[in-house]
Amino acid sequence: MLVEGIKSRPRYPGLTADKHANHHIFAADGEGAQAILDLFTNESDAIKGRVTVVYAQTTPGSEAYAAKLNALSVDIVHIMPTVETALNRLAGVLHAARMGARMYAAGTETLIGFTVQLAQQLGMDPGAVLTEHRGTAARRVQCVHCKGFTENVTTNIVPCAHCGEHLLVRDHYSKRLAAFQGVCADAEVRGELPEISEVFK
Amino acid sequence: MNQEFKKTTFRDDFTFFNSPASIKRFPFPFWEDKYMYSVNIEPHTAGAPGSVFEFPIDINEHYVSEMADRAIVLKEDPLRCQALPHMMLAQWDFLELLMTSMARDYPQWFSLTTQGDHWHWVNKPLGIDQKFVFGDPSTLPYEPMEYMGRQCQGDFSIQDQRDGQLWMDAGVITTQADWSLDFDVGMNFMEWHGPVPLAHDMKVFDRALKFLLNLQLGEPVRRLNWTMTINPRLDTSPENYNKWGKDRTTVTPENVGDKVHLRVELQALWRLPRSNAILFSIRGYLIKMRELVTVPKWGRRMHRVLGTLPPELIDYKGITRYRDTTLEWLSQYDDGAPTSPGGGPD
Repeated sequence: MLVEGIKSRPRYPGLTADKHANHHIFAADGEGAQAILDLFTNESDAIKGRVTVVYAQTTPGSEAYAAKLNALSVDIVHIMPTVETALNRLAGVLHAARMGARMYAAGTETLIGFTVQLAQQLGMDPGAVLTEHRGTAARRVQCVHCKGFTENVTTNIVPCAHCGEHLLVRDHYSKRLAAFQGVCADAEVRGELPEISEVFK
Repeated sequence: MNQEFKKTTFRDDFTFFNSPASIKRFPFPFWEDKYMYSVNIEPHTAGAPGSVFEFPIDINEHYVSEMADRAIVLKEDPLRCQALPHMMLAQWDFLELLMTSMARDYPQWFSLTTQGDHWHWVNKPLGIDQKFVFGDPSTLPYEPMEYMGRQCQGDFSIQDQRDGQLWMDAGVITTQADWSLDFDVGMNFMEWHGPVPLAHDMKVFDRALKFLLNLQLGEPVRRLNWTMTINPRLDTSPENYNKWGKDRTTVTPENVGDKVHLRVELQALWRLPRSNAILFSIRGYLIKMRELVTVPKWGRRMHRVLGTLPPELIDYKGITRYRDTTLEWLSQYDDGAPTSPGGGPD
């Protein structure tokens, strides 16, 4: 049960411009803005057509990032207060998108996960979303027992926000749920927990 | 096999046990005195009369009790049975495969008569007599996969094949060795095998996937897998791990023989005709250490396999807490004599 180093953990290869796309749709939160800024610095020639950015201001530095994003040659930057509102806006953008659109997601694993999940729900191949991880490594975790989700988990062991079990956060990841799996850490001997440390900073 | 169905339990008072005949046909998975992963796939063809390989679907003395246990699990947790919407055709493929196999091989218990799409299924041991229209889910009390999943021993998952991958898009999974259908549904072959240690580096899954993508209709294959379970508990799901996990601390030198079970999975894979999906059946067999050592070769070999198991596998299979106690108990059945090759009794 307490196996680590699981291979289903997603990989985020980093953003590269799709030079064949005619509409570039970016979703980002917090530090993810810098990944977009870097892409525009390094590959601006390859980004042709319309550009839509949906940005969640989730970190203290987000306002400065929002200003920098607005200074890029983009059609619009939707500045949203949270990941949840950003995803609602992104869904609206995607519903109006046509052939030739390319999705990009940059920022926390949670933002990336939800963006990939949304793409999948709209019938896209999850692998078609270009991704880059920036900022916190905090995880969204599903309790395998009560099925509740606990957000922004930074420790190897976390109490489930719903049923209270102490969950070991595994590397096993579900794209459908956009979450890592959490399994009771002291099921065999109650109270016998591994040392708790902040491993997802 | 002419036999009566036992009424035993896999929870609470754990009255499960194997008859001597059931021990004799147990699919002992170790063909040598040590264990390591291998793809170990062979054609799922008819084996010796009376063996678990005699028929494609094995129905044994635990049939009625296992189906009762499945009904309890599904009542308590409906998410143990899930099918994504595009899997309906594969569900009918599944129902057809099970009904035709079971009626053909066990006519004393099951019968199937068909007239076009109008089918009549009789399951005597479970007291079921059902007329329905093949292809019309509204004529069955459950969707087709759940309907037959409730009437056949073993867990089942159905894999859709697309983009050079297999996707676990349906399943009825109530007796699993610690993996969650609800979490894994919709994953591809590499993703759902993510948690298995060592095998990825050995390229086991790359080779197995390549093989399975070319699986042919009418040429099913099988392999054996194994783990260990404390108490004869079928529902060792992660969902309920917070309830059964403590069992692993209850093993003492006095109760090893009754509490510690070898759990073998006869896994078979079938190409399905209409959907081109792949059915994966995971048929579990439990045997107590006390029952296992009645075959001297198995007692010796179990001791040697457990004693040389790599640490990663001990951890993954959840054996860590009771391995030493079990090993010590088994040592009294290992006189050091050589064992013959292959898994069968001498």
